[in-house]
Amino acid sequence: MNTLIFENVSILDPEAKKPAPGRLIVKDGLIAGQLPPGTEDAPEDAVHIDGGGAALCPGLIDLRASTGEPGAEYRETFTASLDAAAAGGVTTMALLPNTRPAIDEPALVRLLKARGDEDGRVTILPYGALTHGCLGQDMAELGLLSEAGAIAFTDGPHAIADTKRMRQCLAYAKGIDALVMQHPEDPSLARGGCATASERATRLGLPQIPPAAEAILMARDIRLAEMTGARLHFAHVSTAEGLELIRGARKRGLPITCDAAPPYFYLDEREIEGFRTYAKLSPPLRETSDRDAVRAALADGTIDAIASDHTPCDADDKRLPFAQARAGGTGLITLLPITLSEVAAGRLDLLQAIRLLTSSPARLLGVAGGTLRKGRPADLCLFDPKARWTITAGALAGGAQNTPFDGRDVTGKVIGTWKNGRQTFGEGLGHDA
Amino acid sequence: MAELSSRLHLLGIEGMSRKDILPYLDLAENYVLLSRSRSSPREALRGRTVVNLFFEDSTRTRTSFELAGKRLGADVINMTVATSSVNKGETLLDTAATLNAMRCDLLVVRHGQSGAPALLAQKVDAHVVNAGDGMHEHPTQALLDALTIKRHLNRLNGLTVAICGDVGHSRVARSNIHLLTAMGSQIRLVGPPTLVPSVMEELGNVMVIHDMDEGVRGADIVMMLRMQKERMESGLVPSMREYFRFYGLDRRRLRLAKENALVMHPGPMNRGVEIASDVADSAQSVIQEQVEMGVAIRMAVLDHLARSEHTP
Repeated sequence: MNTLIFENVSILDPEAKKPAPGRLIVKDGLIAGQLPPGTEDAPEDAVHIDGGGAALCPGLIDLRASTGEPGAEYRETFTASLDAAAAGGVTTMALLPNTRPAIDEPALVRLLKARGDEDGRVTILPYGALTHGCLGQDMAELGLLSEAGAIAFTDGPHAIADTKRMRQCLAYAKGIDALVMQHPEDPSLARGGCATASERATRLGLPQIPPAAEAILMARDIRLAEMTGARLHFAHVSTAEGLELIRGARKRGLPITCDAAPPYFYLDEREIEGFRTYAKLSPPLRETSDRDAVRAALADGTIDAIASDHTPCDADDKRLPFAQARAGGTGLITLLPITLSEVAAGRLDLLQAIRLLTSSPARLLGVAGGTLRKGRPADLCLFDPKARWTITAGALAGGAQNTPFDGRDVTGKVIGTWKNGRQTFGEGLGHDA
Repeated sequence: MAELSSRLHLLGIEGMSRKDILPYLDLAENYVLLSRSRSSPREALRGRTVVNLFFEDSTRTRTSFELAGKRLGADVINMTVATSSVNKGETLLDTAATLNAMRCDLLVVRHGQSGAPALLAQKVDAHVVNAGDGMHEHPTQALLDALTIKRHLNRLNGLTVAICGDVGHSRVARSNIHLLTAMGSQIRLVGPPTLVPSVMEELGNVMVIHDMDEGVRGADIVMMLRMQKERMESGLVPSMREYFRFYGLDRRRLRLAKENALVMHPGPMNRGVEIASDVADSAQSVIQEQVEMGVAIRMAVLDHLARSEHTP
């Protein structure tokens, strides 16, 4: 393979204390090292990539995304999801198992991994179903799924309602040292609801989900994790009360982690005005005070990582009365720019933001990556932190266009993505010396 | 008569001002007189097609719109769409496309989902009238209630209105809250916490009261809402007899309201559940008059929307 030299870039190394101007050398798909600007020891046949002052960081590791495949290809095909991932700077993607069929068979885990390897642009890390069919009843074959390569276990957007079953799943997962991820929402309290309980939802006449549905389930599961000693992760925590529970559990030394997804720190329930179904998400968008609590928890480290929550829907899924519309938004393209909005607002520093998208999810999932360390695969994301653009549904890379951020002006745009040293997104960047 | 606004659709009362509301009431007053004299202006909507598109059964509202359209000379077509279809949403938009192809002029929509008429309004060329959507709004009901009140009390401001019963699930209540507060009246929402959540106080100038005696005391108007049986089955209320005991409107409770307070109900009533039969049939009850005002209001709404095409 060849040698790549990224020049005129600001290197965002999650292990460094601050961004540094410099050059990054990639040899045969692996990171060969960083050099200060101006040093001349590159081989003659190296391809030089002039970053034009852009930022270079490890390829993003998306903690949680969905595709339409298998079973709902009309929403977004596997390939189209990878198009979106590459365009969003994502080089590793953990995929939820609530497909049709659900990923509850070792062969399906292997199939998804193989399809990712075949495509070569993104490493696919399939979650295994925690229960058969993600139905919340019989425990799936966690051991066999793990052997086949399941990265962790979850029933995706469905919390396990049965307390005893959840306890069993956690206890068994502890036995094989597997991480369990839970959608924190009490299913019976949320049943039939489609918007967070608020004055607005009341006025619009929409069935509501009390924010406490999150804290009630989290309190139960934290107690179960304590009983079993299992590692438990809460997806997209969206309320101040839920975040307080995380802080309390950490103080007691429990191995509880959580993540945020961009809609929950960038938007709030005002977005559903006019029955706007692009803003119908699960959990629902919360009130401003909860959104602010998520922002604060990102800054103070309560939240471990940021996940895209990429949930492709097709137009017909969303062109329905609000309560009937499918919940979810695309997120791969907007993951980086929305995260950077926290940097622009001064709540996160740039490296802190990059860590939440790279080294932190890698640590949670227990995978290599999210680093610019010498000898590691050259999974890289080059982005212009100052580029301004407007997120426009209908003009996004990938398949599905159901973004809750439609029409938002953002700053920060991915201009190139590399997987194992091979460019998977971006044009006209490299030139021979 | 005040100038009518140039709204193309009537999707809800929310956002309408006193200035937007009064012209409907004024126009409807004329139609009350014309209807009573059996000399409705059959040329007003001549050559226009009104489609009553009902995704939920409602004989009363549908008939009221049908009469209104016919009294104005429109061709009125009733379409009832089965709600059992698994693809209700597809049916909704497919129906919109069909209606566009048929070039109907006015579309009256009743749907079980909040926001469905608003969604249709984005897709059809006709003027859309919301005839009740989910738990959201029922604007013509609020307008007809207002017309009834105005005819009896000569004003819509400074009144104390107790809206009682299953307020949380009621589109009638929401539209009335918007309308009556816009006109300057005070609203009390009365019922058990399972049916009247405290969050409803955030809707504006409203007070939530869980004690029926207290809620009715001194009110100018007692507006009862229909209690649905499924609310009992879903555990929101223990039983009908308990509900009537604590939240039903009987003679004793009505005496707590102002003398000659109006008793209203959007119908159909559950006698002995939310309202005692003798109260429903008493001299204070204006329930039948509400039905009559419904036709007049709907004539006014259809007429205004049809005319708005010519508003610059």
